Amino acid sequence: MSAIGDDTLRTPLKNVRGLGSAQSGVRHWWLQRITAVALVPLSMWLLWLCAGLVHADYATVRAAIGQPVHAVLLVALVVSLFWHGALGLQVVIEDYIHTRWQEVVLQILVRFGAFLAAVACIFAIARIALG
Amino acid sequence: MSQTARPTSPHLGIYRWRVNMWQSVLHRLTGLFLCVGSLLVAWGLIAAASGAEAWSMFAAFCASGIGVTLLIAWTWSLLFHLCNGIQHLFRDTGMGYDAAQRDHSRTPSYFATGWMVIAVSVALTALVWIGLFLRANGGAA
Repeated sequence: MSAIGDDTLRTPLKNVRGLGSAQSGVRHWWLQRITAVALVPLSMWLLWLCAGLVHADYATVRAAIGQPVHAVLLVALVVSLFWHGALGLQVVIEDYIHTRWQEVVLQILVRFGAFLAAVACIFAIARIALG
Repeated sequence: MSQTARPTSPHLGIYRWRVNMWQSVLHRLTGLFLCVGSLLVAWGLIAAASGAEAWSMFAAFCASGIGVTLLIAWTWSLLFHLCNGIQHLFRDTGMGYDAAQRDHSRTPSYFATGWMVIAVSVALTALVWIGLFLRANGGAA
């Protein structure tokens, strides 16, 4: 912010040296890849499951979701899906929203929305599987 | 912060459009669209848990003209994002970046795999939906 020579002889370089990388390093990149790897088989499986349930009646759909293997895979899917989606939206917001308060508001909404959606899905699956 | 008059790097305008640029743009656009689609997954699961009336509303939306159109678009978006994502994961390991891979005279090259990703995603989408339509009409599938 301040020009060189404001009140000290320190240069801007002196102020930033040794502070390391900006924030969290490769954590975001790594999590995006882990969730992507999980979603490769899970999304193919979801497509297959949905294709099988086209035109199915309500009881059949509930039975399919409630089947233990399906319920567990669905929970794994929605966790990976909303996590991966939130990470992706975070980068899009960082790239295109340059007004700080708008960016912060959107980042919070994305996190809350993804978390809420994932929790709602898990609750719905549990209710069908256990209910 | 204090040096705002630095020269900036040229933006997209100066580059010749190649398939990897389309892949990059489409990956982000399909990703955004799939985020909306994830809400459909949530709606479906919540509707199934809520009761028969809620489910029939969801099923009616999916069977409507807009619903089917969106579902076809979501299917392709998912399959493109999936195929392109798999290519991403391979390239994350460093595969495909060496000079031989970028040599046009050879296949599969850096750009050929990009076209393959697009072609495979379109072909799989067609396969899924032709299969669904055949089955709906009591056909062979």
